[in-house]
Amino acid sequence: MGARLFGASVQRLEDARLVTGRGRYVDDIHPAGVVHAAFVRSSLAHGLIQSIDTSVARTMPGVLAVYVMSDFAAFASGPLPQLAPHPLIQGPITYEPLASGEVRHVGEAIAMVLATSRAEAEDAAERINLDIEPLPVAADLAHALDPDAPKARSERADNRLATLKTAFGDVAGTFARADHVLKETFTVHRGGCHSMETRGVIATFDADDRRLEMWTSSQSPYLVRRNLASYFGLDESAVRVRAPDVGGGFGPKAAVYPEEAAVALAAMMTGKPVKWIEDRSEHFLATTQQRDQIWELEVAASNDGRLLGVRGRCLHDNGAYAPYGAILPATALGSFPGPYALEALDISIDIVLTNLVPTTPVRGASRPSVAFVLERLADRVARHLGLPREEIRRRSFIRVEQMPYVTGTKARDGSPISYDSGDYTAALNLVLDKIDADGFAARRAEAASRGKLLGLGLASCVEDTGLGPFEGATVRVSSRGRVIVTTGAASQGQGHQTTLAQIAADALGVSLENVSVEAADSGKFPLGISTIASRVAVTAGSSVELAAQQVRRKALKTASHLLEAAEDDLEIENGVVFVKGASDVKVTLATLAQSLAGTAGMRLPGGIEPDLAATAYFESTALTFAHGSNACEVEVDPETGDVRITRYVVAHDCGRLINPLIVDGQIRGGVIHGIGNALYERMIHDDQGQPLTATYADYLLPMASEMPNIEIYHLESPSPRNPLGVKGAGEGGTIPAAACVISAIEDAIGPGGTFLRHHPISFEEVAGLIDTRTI
Amino acid sequence: MKAAAFHYHDPRTREDLMGLLGRLDDLKLLAGGQSLMPMMNFRIVAPTHLVDLNRVDGLGGISRQGAEVRFGALTRQREVKASEIVANDLPILTEALDHVGHVQTRSRGTIGGSCCHLDPSAEIPAIAALYDAIFEIGGPDGTREVGYADWHLGMLTSALDEREVLEGIRFKPWQPADAGHGWGFYEYARRHGDFAIAGAGCLVDISDQGTIERIATVVMGVDAVPVRLREAEAALVGARPDRTAIAALVEAARSIDAMTDPQVSATYRRRLAGVVTERAVLAAFQRSGITQ
Repeated sequence: MGARLFGASVQRLEDARLVTGRGRYVDDIHPAGVVHAAFVRSSLAHGLIQSIDTSVARTMPGVLAVYVMSDFAAFASGPLPQLAPHPLIQGPITYEPLASGEVRHVGEAIAMVLATSRAEAEDAAERINLDIEPLPVAADLAHALDPDAPKARSERADNRLATLKTAFGDVAGTFARADHVLKETFTVHRGGCHSMETRGVIATFDADDRRLEMWTSSQSPYLVRRNLASYFGLDESAVRVRAPDVGGGFGPKAAVYPEEAAVALAAMMTGKPVKWIEDRSEHFLATTQQRDQIWELEVAASNDGRLLGVRGRCLHDNGAYAPYGAILPATALGSFPGPYALEALDISIDIVLTNLVPTTPVRGASRPSVAFVLERLADRVARHLGLPREEIRRRSFIRVEQMPYVTGTKARDGSPISYDSGDYTAALNLVLDKIDADGFAARRAEAASRGKLLGLGLASCVEDTGLGPFEGATVRVSSRGRVIVTTGAASQGQGHQTTLAQIAADALGVSLENVSVEAADSGKFPLGISTIASRVAVTAGSSVELAAQQVRRKALKTASHLLEAAEDDLEIENGVVFVKGASDVKVTLATLAQSLAGTAGMRLPGGIEPDLAATAYFESTALTFAHGSNACEVEVDPETGDVRITRYVVAHDCGRLINPLIVDGQIRGGVIHGIGNALYERMIHDDQGQPLTATYADYLLPMASEMPNIEIYHLESPSPRNPLGVKGAGEGGTIPAAACVISAIEDAIGPGGTFLRHHPISFEEVAGLIDTRTI
Repeated sequence: MKAAAFHYHDPRTREDLMGLLGRLDDLKLLAGGQSLMPMMNFRIVAPTHLVDLNRVDGLGGISRQGAEVRFGALTRQREVKASEIVANDLPILTEALDHVGHVQTRSRGTIGGSCCHLDPSAEIPAIAALYDAIFEIGGPDGTREVGYADWHLGMLTSALDEREVLEGIRFKPWQPADAGHGWGFYEYARRHGDFAIAGAGCLVDISDQGTIERIATVVMGVDAVPVRLREAEAALVGARPDRTAIAALVEAARSIDAMTDPQVSATYRRRLAGVVTERAVLAAFQRSGITQ
């Protein structure tokens, strides 16, 4: 064996292509005769469609067709199937491809124009007259469950979609016996995903074969296939869905959207290829977001600073539809108790319907929100007891000798959750050491001499990763000796082409350049779930390992026949199988593949099954838990309230690292996402559900000019729950980041300032907090 | 987000341009396009005719003309930023340009385009206000010149008639070679390159006796147009450049009738107006070489 690629910071194989503009995204695909779609969307957050006048639009230059929902009657009717059914949700609470009766948020698609160019389609869309009777709007989460609140959906009795609960321990007893019980209300807000590539769909339909083919910028091409095949009454084998290069997903592209169904229906209606590329305005209006949760919590703590219990409730803004079931609020429940060894927990979440675009997971899903409230509660107890923030954590964390640690909570399938491995205190101590917490007082004094306030922030988290059941993989050696890995797991830029190739290359003794990874094409690989929940390294990575090891064994067995040597005496290096100690007795993987590809009239060697290939589906039956601690320093200008993050240090443990370079990139991008949530990103709607921050002039994304250098240190606690020992790394950067930044701002303002209960925090608010603090 | 259909015109000479201006109705002039193109793509603006100025001969360039510095209206912001003439004669403009968008937008955006669009937070019009710049306007019926006060009529509104084009802008530098001259610029935006929530510029000449001979202070982003603090300026002539002088200007800045929006209150804008004014004036006083 040569040097192992697993664990090496090899350059990403996909980058040369992507950064030189040779990526192939949905909009780069140009089927012959393609026509372009534009949607007419609701300008009201809630209303009843009275009439849709398309008469002028139909006569406009370049227009092929104008559709409303009733035009699709020959192919489909009613709402789309529920993507992730939940027993507590009576539904489906899903979209129709085009709204036909009630519209429930600004931006909901109502009509569709097909034209020879997008510009012409938009010209015609402007000339469609909608008559929508306004209905009362539910846009205020805090009051949406009040008895007299406007209803977001007329057919329901109220705005409560469902209430989820999790609990363990003697809650009443723990709180009764605790030395201290503190109560706080937190409001957390997150925005959208804002991937560089917006959504996009192409559909073609062969009316003779009744075959639908789609390209979609999706994290879940197989869920799109399942959902649309079911909706259209087609066999899944008659629907091929591909996700080509995808320019970022971050969660919202995991959902199945009404536009995907509408574009497919337009292709069925016309027999022509139909393309729709979401523009940035549509992305603000119609791509799922995350937005608000309001948490009312109590924490029980002991005199010596141990967190004993947490109880309370959360109001969760669901938006007007639940295309994704209850996954986002359920993820919140699954994020407790974080790194804390709580005796008791009792949390309920009310899923609240509002007349806003639906919420679905955005990087980290609800985990960053739960990390925020837990870390704030830990800081609150520290303030109350006058103890250092890190001491509360050291005394309350689950200890390494308690692993595996049964938390008391349940997984989505009802099984008890247990943390598999990790030393949480070690991560905390590492990050404090690396940020030089001991030298902070001196740095604060230096900043004060310049008129600035310096603050140190701290936050930790535990992250469930590797969500089941599976992503499968086929590993095949081609007749030229090339290793082809095929998987259903879609990539949106995470570097799967590299990491999966590293695993296969190690197993088969070939160089990285001799491995190709093909993904996310239901025509090439039969099954897939979704690239969500930091799960692909665990699921697809393990499947590649299992399949590649099977191929290795088959190659050795075949070679043993051809070389007349015992399998144990064989080794593979650089694509050649040879006898140990007699390297001239050899056969290439290419030759082995050819021999198993069969020759007319000849027997296969040793009666081995044809095809030097294997398929594996590693089933991830238990979550594996990554963790980390972050620390940062912020410098606050007391006159403007301006907050600059001057240092940011991450200690992160995602088990064994396949490629540290890629993990670092995931963490760095994730932290920046969290900083955006803490300081910049705010999706504001008015009381009529009208978005007020629907351009990048008003919705502020974090930009490079404001970002600190992010220092990353890895711990490696291998997971015992998969063959590679890996844990997910896609969200661990984001989860504690907002909590860390807010903690630092609070520290900068000082003990005379208000305890901070929300994010994002504006610099205007910071200025006000500095003015009102007591010194 | 595709622009509505329009007729595109690509004149190469001033004569052709004036011919189009005389002949066409409902037209927009395209300079760097950093504001106009997004507005067209959003269909906020949908002109029948788009007249592209980018290949018209003679609309660009930076030159000294007597005591003034002249900019052709189509001079790119990046070119202004890199100009040695500007760095020497109008250094506050060089510094202010750091805050005008980003390198990419400055490579296309023009000094004239910014002065015609007149965003309330735009730096270049604010510097033009500071210098009482002269705007050279051309049209099929001849040319005319107006001072800044007659150029900037209101929010996003210039003195330009639909059949006119801004051809050049002239700034008269103060006494940059003299030891008694100082300048300062400070702005606050949440992210670098964003439109400022508040910004301020200050020019000052200090006499041999150490008193203020002449001072100009402008505050931008707070009201719909840049605000010159003229009363406070006049009252400070003959005063010493000290904390009291700064406080008078800060007080004037804080009194501006500030705008409000969903993310920034008028109260915070006024607070920042004071902060940026204090920092800009302090920098100007320090640069004048008279520290008190």
